[in-house]
Amino acid sequence: MAHNILVWIETFQGQAVGSSYECLGEARRLADGGTVTAAMFGENAASIATEAIAFGADKAIVCEDATLAEFRPEPYVALLAKIANDLKPDMVMAGASTRGRDVVSGLAVDLETGTIADCTSIEAQGSDLVVTRPVYAGKLLATVVIPSKRPMIITTRSRAFPLPEADALRTGEVTKVAAVLSEDQIVSKVTGFTTEGEGDVSLTDARIIVSGGRGVGGPEGFAPIVALAKSLSAAVGASRAAVDAGWIPYAHQVGQTGRTVSPDLYIACGISGAIQHQAGMRTAKVVVAINKDPEAPIFKLARYGVVGDLFQIAPALTEEFKKRLGK
Amino acid sequence: MNIVVCTKQVPDTAATLKVDEQSNVSWGDAPLVINPWDEYAIEEAIRLKEKHGGKVTVLSVGPEQAREALKQAVAMGCDDAILVWDASLDGSDTLATSYILAQAIKKIGSVDVVLFGKQAIDGDTGLIQGGVARRLGWPLLSFVAKIEELDPAAKSIKVNRLLEQGRQAVTSQLPVVISVVKEINEPRYPSFMNIRKASKLQIPVWDSGAISVEAGKVGRANAATKWTRVFPLPARTGSVEIITGDSPQAIASALADKLMAEKII
Repeated sequence: MAHNILVWIETFQGQAVGSSYECLGEARRLADGGTVTAAMFGENAASIATEAIAFGADKAIVCEDATLAEFRPEPYVALLAKIANDLKPDMVMAGASTRGRDVVSGLAVDLETGTIADCTSIEAQGSDLVVTRPVYAGKLLATVVIPSKRPMIITTRSRAFPLPEADALRTGEVTKVAAVLSEDQIVSKVTGFTTEGEGDVSLTDARIIVSGGRGVGGPEGFAPIVALAKSLSAAVGASRAAVDAGWIPYAHQVGQTGRTVSPDLYIACGISGAIQHQAGMRTAKVVVAINKDPEAPIFKLARYGVVGDLFQIAPALTEEFKKRLGK
Repeated sequence: MNIVVCTKQVPDTAATLKVDEQSNVSWGDAPLVINPWDEYAIEEAIRLKEKHGGKVTVLSVGPEQAREALKQAVAMGCDDAILVWDASLDGSDTLATSYILAQAIKKIGSVDVVLFGKQAIDGDTGLIQGGVARRLGWPLLSFVAKIEELDPAAKSIKVNRLLEQGRQAVTSQLPVVISVVKEINEPRYPSFMNIRKASKLQIPVWDSGAISVEAGKVGRANAATKWTRVFPLPARTGSVEIITGDSPQAIASALADKLMAEKII
C-alpha cells in the first residue's frame, strides 16, 4: 500500500546527520509508490535538500530562517507541525537521536497522534505497518502498531537501517517555507556548542567501536584502547565500571545507563560483559572480546575471542591494522 | 522554587526478564524499583531545593504498588509525593501519559522546574518529557548534564546538554521541563531521618477526575499505539571462535585476517 511520508532530516553545523539518511532510505522503501517529502531546517538547508533528493526524497521543504540555525524544540516542532498539517502525510519519520526524540515528542502532542520510538525494523502487513523495537533496555523486543491515528510517527534507531545509495541524477521540487515562530516567541536560547575532542567519532554513528572496561585498570590504561580505535577510525567506548571509576568521561559509556550502539564491529577490551553492558551493544554485528578471564560473559556474545592480556593484544592489533590499512 | 520530579516504577535492571507466548513479561521475584535514570532527576531536584530553597514534589502515574517508588524518593529527600491513578488510566501510552502528567503538574500549580530522567528502562521511549513540555507550553531542556546557573529571582536557567556530537549550552526563562543524564550527579542514599519520614507520609492519590483528565484521551482503549507482541531476542547463532597464537603479533594477525575476510574492516 502506498504511503505518503514526511521525513525530518536532522542537521548539525550545516550538514545532515547520517542516521537521517538511513531513515530516509527506509521511508523510500515503505512509501511503496507514495511520495517521500524531506524537511530540513537551518544553515545550508537548501543544499542538504538536493542531497536528500539524491538519497531518495521526491520533494524537499526547507527553511533557513535564523531562528532555526541551532536546534531548539520550540521552533522546530512548531514548523514541522505546520508542514505536517499542510501535507497530511500517512507517516512522519525521523532518526531516534537526542534531537529526534525532542522533535517527535512535541510533534505527537501537536498532531495528537502516536509515536513508535527507536524502531529497528518495519514491515508492511496488509494496510498496517508492524514496527519492531527493543524494550526493557534491549532485553526484549516488541512489535507495535498505530491502528487508527494518522499520521503515525516513527523514529528509527541509528544504524538499524542501511544507508541508501545516493543517485545524483534524481530530481525533485524544493519548496522554501517561512518559520512559524519569531525569535521573541522562543524562550530558550542556544549560547554555545563544544565538541568532546577534535576528531572524536560519535558513538551512535560509529561503524567500529573499541571499548575498555575494568580490565584497563586506570585512566592511562585507555591509551592502548584509544590507539587501537585510531588505527581503525573507530569511536572509543567504555563500560560503566570504567566510567564510574573516573577513568573516562560518561559520554563514552555504552550500556543500559549509557549509550546504545549498533556498530558493524565492537571490540571489547577488558570488559566482562554484564547484562547491563550487553543491553547497550548486543545489536553490534560482530563482537570481538579480549579478556583474561575465559569465563567472562562477553565471550558468549562474541564472534571472535582472545583470552589474554589486552595490554599485549591491543597494541599488537593496532600495529597490524596500521600496517594493513595504511593509517 | 517549586520543583516537581516525575518518576516511574520499573523492574530492577539486574532482573532476568521472561516473556510467555501471550507476551506477558515477568521478572520472577526481582524487586520493582525507581527507574534508575530518575534517581539522577530526584537527586538534582533535591540539590536545587537545598541551594535555592522551596519544595520538591515527586509525582508518579501508576498503580498502588508505585507508592513504594514515591516513598523511596521521599527517603532520598523529596518533601511531598503524589500518586496519580485510577483504573481508567491503565494502559495509557506515551501520548496519554504526557497528558496525565501535564494535568497533574497544572493542578500542583506555580511550578518552576519539572525534572525527568532521560527515559524509563521498560518502555525506553524518552518521549514523555517532550510531550509534557509541549502540553505545558514550556521549553524542553533535555539530556542535561549540568545546571550551570539558576536564578530564582530572575527566573532564569542555564544548562549544558549532552548531545551526540558534544555539548550545547542553553539558557531559558523558567518554568522549564528538564530531562537529565547520568553525568549530572551522584544520587545519594536515603537518610535514616528521611526513611522514617517516608514511612509515615500519607501519599494522596489523584484520580482522573481530580486532574480533569478527559476519559476519551487515556487508557488502553484510547492508546494511539498498541503493543501487539513482546518476545525474546533471537538467540545469537554460533559460538565464539577463540583466536590463539604463539605471540600477541600472531594472534593480532590471525584476528585481522578473520575481520578482513568478513569485510568488516
